Amino acid sequence: MPDKEKVTKKNIAKRVVLHFPKRMVDEPILYRLIKDYDLQFNILKASITPEAEGLMVVELKGSRNNLDQGLKYLIDTGLKVQPLSHDVTRNEERCTSCGACITVCPAGAFSLEPGSLIVRFSDSKCVACGLCIKACPPRAMELHF
Amino acid sequence: MAKTIKEINEKIKEGRAVIVTAAEIIEIARQDGVKKAAEKVDVVTTGTFGPMCSSGAFFNIGHSKPRIKLGGGRAYLNDVPAYAAFAAADLFIGANALPDDDPRNRNYPGDFNYGGGHVIEDLVAGRDVRLAATAYGTDCYPRKKLETWINIKDLNNATLFNLRNAYQNYNVAVNLSDRTIYTYMGVLQPRLGSAGYSSAGQLSPLFKDPYYKTIGIGTRIFLGGGIGYVAFPGTQFDPTGPRSENGTPRSGAATLCVIGDLTKMSPRYLVGTSMLGYGASLTVGIGIPIPILNEEILKYTAITDAQIFAPVIDYSGAYPNREPEILGEVSYAELRSGKIKVRGKSVPTAALSSYPRALEIAFTLKEWIKNGQFLLTEPVAPLPGPQSGVSFKPLTERPF
Repeated sequence: MPDKEKVTKKNIAKRVVLHFPKRMVDEPILYRLIKDYDLQFNILKASITPEAEGLMVVELKGSRNNLDQGLKYLIDTGLKVQPLSHDVTRNEERCTSCGACITVCPAGAFSLEPGSLIVRFSDSKCVACGLCIKACPPRAMELHF
Repeated sequence: MAKTIKEINEKIKEGRAVIVTAAEIIEIARQDGVKKAAEKVDVVTTGTFGPMCSSGAFFNIGHSKPRIKLGGGRAYLNDVPAYAAFAAADLFIGANALPDDDPRNRNYPGDFNYGGGHVIEDLVAGRDVRLAATAYGTDCYPRKKLETWINIKDLNNATLFNLRNAYQNYNVAVNLSDRTIYTYMGVLQPRLGSAGYSSAGQLSPLFKDPYYKTIGIGTRIFLGGGIGYVAFPGTQFDPTGPRSENGTPRSGAATLCVIGDLTKMSPRYLVGTSMLGYGASLTVGIGIPIPILNEEILKYTAITDAQIFAPVIDYSGAYPNREPEILGEVSYAELRSGKIKVRGKSVPTAALSSYPRALEIAFTLKEWIKNGQFLLTEPVAPLPGPQSGVSFKPLTERPF
């Protein structure tokens, strides 16, 4: 997946989705990123609750070397790191409203409409991690770069 | 007051039959009571829409000039292998067939973006499909190679013939292991992180006729958006499992073998399906009318999701190893609420079958019957019941 990379002078920025396993929610990971790797970060979206898997979308900014080292540090700690793609849309013709996507989405972007049980996709909750693309049996979810 | 199928058909022809969906009958029976509802209602239409892997289609492509004998040769439709082992111009394609060069699970979990189910959908949608075939050549069928576009409108026959569809009930799949697993029940999150299920529940044909008192061999049905028939009991048909007091089975139980004219079907109800890490399949829409012959049959059709139970099974251990262990039972009402309780843990649920599309099928069938374009049929022979001696045998290996 091509990453979104912006070159600003010598610093580059990279948007990534971080999945925190339950056991790591309490670790001071972002603090280490600033202190040890001199990276700036912008939290674009976060959902972290104690005792559950956490999810954070961040933009990291720093020199190419620090950025690579920082990402390596994140992966080594056991975090799942995914590049953030641009946009996920649903092909309404293709969607059958089965609901296989619901438990795959880490951001809770899919929900069942009470009563009708039609599957709703919330654009604003989507973090564009792309996990639903291949988990959708009729392949109704589309990734746009 | 008992009715016959013949009497109901007369009422349909006269436009005075009362037809309701499997969802509507629940409310009617609740309000009017079973006795009154059975007098009022003539037909209840059911529906189901989910991945049904044991599906496939037969084609007769017509004879080329000069002639080629496909039987005993090799044939591909859009690079997906078709079964060429009949006479000269007949082919079969199964929903799970994959192109020879598909990486499958070598690149785990495999994508399975295109397979036999997708070929069937493409044909039904009226799209051209590439047929490539090789044969050995005979005096009467000299040709050895054929490469041509084909289209469903030019075929002599295109027949959907599914060996096992419309499972009466199905497992709820969970994952007790520490890693994500990729199954035919969907992507299952580790440590009871999610549960996959697949049934239309209170809309599903065989839940609403749990002892097969009206659905039998020869029953005319809605199949893939067209008209089909129950051809036989489906493979793995097993009426013997445990049942609730209301008659509904608490495990897989019955299945249907169905057949119908593919040329009259629609891609809305036959959808090529890709199960990540598992394979390609076909999602099939089926609807079956249930004639309300008496109060007992009406009572079955009014069964609700809260009264139907499915077993919860670990697809990281018990299922692959064919161990009988179940982790509990949950109702379809609980499954549809979005959360079930397994081993004291709240587990989010995800369906593979579409409830809204199943409802749409039940509604469409209701309209067909209302308009007089679909009449009910008497079964030619019954499906085997719980006392029939029919059951589901595992494979006992005999190494040689």
